[in-house]
Amino acid sequence: MIQAILFVIMIIGGTALLSWPLGRYMNWAMDPGAGQGKPNLFTSAFQSIGGSATGQTQDWKRYVVSLLGFNVVMFVICFAILAFQQYLPLNPDGRQALEGSLIYNTTSSFVANTNLQHYSGEVAMSYLSQLAALMWLQFVSAAVGLAALAALARGLAGRKLGNFFVDVQRATFLVLLPLALVVAILLLFTGVPMTFQGSAVATTLEGVQQTIARGPVAAFVAIKQLGTNGGGFFGPNSTHPLENPTFWSNVLQTISIIIIPMGCVWMFGRIIGRMKHAAVLFTVMLILMGARITGAIGFEAAPTHAFASLPITQDVGNLEGKELRFGAAAGPVWAVVTTSTSNGSVNAMHDSLNPLTGLMPMIGMWLNEDFGGVGVGMINMFLYIVVGVFIAGMMIGRTPEYLGWRVEAKEVKFAMMGLLSHGFFILVGTAIFAVTPWGAATLNNIGPHGFSEILYEFSSAAANNGSGFEGLGDNTVAWNIATGTVMLLARFIPIILPLAIVGSLSAKRRATESSGTLSVEDGTFAGMLTVTVVIVGALTFFPAATLGPIAEHVMFMK
Amino acid sequence: METLLSSLRISVATMVICVGGYTGVVWAIGQTAAPDLADGSLITAPDGKVIGSRQVAQAFTQPQYFWPRPSAVDYKADAAGGSNKSPTSKDLTDRATETVAAYGATPENPLPAELAAASGAGLDPHITERAARYQAERIAQARNVPVDQVNQLIDTNAFAPGAAFTTDRLVNVLALNLALDNNPAR
Repeated sequence: MIQAILFVIMIIGGTALLSWPLGRYMNWAMDPGAGQGKPNLFTSAFQSIGGSATGQTQDWKRYVVSLLGFNVVMFVICFAILAFQQYLPLNPDGRQALEGSLIYNTTSSFVANTNLQHYSGEVAMSYLSQLAALMWLQFVSAAVGLAALAALARGLAGRKLGNFFVDVQRATFLVLLPLALVVAILLLFTGVPMTFQGSAVATTLEGVQQTIARGPVAAFVAIKQLGTNGGGFFGPNSTHPLENPTFWSNVLQTISIIIIPMGCVWMFGRIIGRMKHAAVLFTVMLILMGARITGAIGFEAAPTHAFASLPITQDVGNLEGKELRFGAAAGPVWAVVTTSTSNGSVNAMHDSLNPLTGLMPMIGMWLNEDFGGVGVGMINMFLYIVVGVFIAGMMIGRTPEYLGWRVEAKEVKFAMMGLLSHGFFILVGTAIFAVTPWGAATLNNIGPHGFSEILYEFSSAAANNGSGFEGLGDNTVAWNIATGTVMLLARFIPIILPLAIVGSLSAKRRATESSGTLSVEDGTFAGMLTVTVVIVGALTFFPAATLGPIAEHVMFMK
Repeated sequence: METLLSSLRISVATMVICVGGYTGVVWAIGQTAAPDLADGSLITAPDGKVIGSRQVAQAFTQPQYFWPRPSAVDYKADAAGGSNKSPTSKDLTDRATETVAAYGATPENPLPAELAAASGAGLDPHITERAARYQAERIAQARNVPVDQVNQLIDTNAFAPGAAFTTDRLVNVLALNLALDNNPAR
């Protein structure tokens, strides 16, 4: 147990400390000169790369149109590379054509920063597809999220939103690229391969042939983690010993998952000029995530129930689907961290987690704001803040305000639409697939656990997470089209609506905050926000949770 | 139109720098500073044939070798995966029953749980030190050597993967089996 506590302190505490200087750096990279027209030396380079559209400062509508336009181009390029991979170079193992709905799903998935994978990397993808289509989107889709957050924060600071085409390059070249380079090089020395040779063929000591897939893995894995992408080079993701070879590669990858989402909160605070407020938000997020980590480690300490009747030791926790080299706490910690952020990579098979442990990642995806995906996590939290200050304002009978902006019916409607669309996609999707062969015929487990597989898949798609209860036979036309579409809608609705809210707020006159204003920097606000998140976010899904993981726990684990 | 043009220009720039440049730099560093690791940690026999990867489990079924953890994909390192079964699943009980029979485990001498549970990728190269000791007797008999000798090999190969952060010492199954084969006293 002492090892588990040390491990959590090292990972979460260490990353929280590192996120402070990173947030400072991200503020410098994303928002140079704090709007005083003092661009850093890179801005002019980005303007000449981006061309004429980089010149003007954009209002929220122009910003959104540019963002969507860039995403259309991302989609088309990725789709084309995947569709023609069998004719393209860098394909030493001769990977064949992919099925149409799988291409749609995969492209949507990587454009939406989700990385839900209905294929297995080492089976289906050429090296060119992995790098130029998928890894490229792992960079730029994360950059889109970061750009959107920078624009949102500038708007709340009462400034112009900036220019999307400059922001997306700042995020790619100044934030993601240098970090990815450092992490990739460190991963190399833990034993993650980086080669363009095809699979190695071995003759084992017992004389059997074993084909060992490898490839340019280290470069891919670094940005997979840092960009809250999560799509693995190999099918089983970071459980694979060549994707995550040692205890220390696992530590490095876990840190990489949360460091930018944590840094985003500090960057937000710096841009709006309210670091105390950022500290309150950071604390709320840390508490919500910490609660699930504690739960997951506790629930996963129960031994594998299926072995209870056999002569098998019962003194260790559930090890099905886990790697020994990471240690006992690493699986549950990663499961929570990867779903707290919208990363979705795994270092243990979530389908084989104990029932209530499996509930923890689901709750993380339902809330989707602590710390959330790169950029978009903080944006999701902004939606909860809008609703939270509105409710608080109503309770004390004052005009609701946030940072001096009056929050009125229009803004709250937009925020609620954003939050409720999340529940709509998950619950309606799950309901349809649970009662039709689309879902029922694809299950790997029976009973409540089968239901959990469907619920998890839609939660993952709607949260732009990308992890799965991977037993689900999800490479079908129905699953590919349904989740592909949910991923795209769930990506852009929670980016467009918050920017629209900021557009609407900043059209008003900003009030000066007085002693009568509800503070956003104290414990009362933190409590109010936490309650809003739990009530709006989690309770929506409670009935579904009782049908899945809770029912399974009650049936078997007592 | 302007949006499209800028999007295309930025796509090309990010593609060149983040896919071409970044991948190339990482590849070059890997191939010069740690070529063995970058190529997948392959182990070759004296005759140059590849035996396997140090990091990837391979199947061992003969009694004179240490056996790895079960694999849901039969140790296929080109199509890895886990069982994805719920820990409450009867399928797992059935699979574990076979494993228990293969080891001849009894209630007096129960099988360490890690030898019954399949790993996430089905390629976990390690077993715990206690899981290795559990197999020492069988190996000593099959090789006709004293069990102390096998245990000594386990001692020299066991390591703590995460220093103070982990409880169990592990051994690499392939490395241990190679050491068994190279043991002059066999």
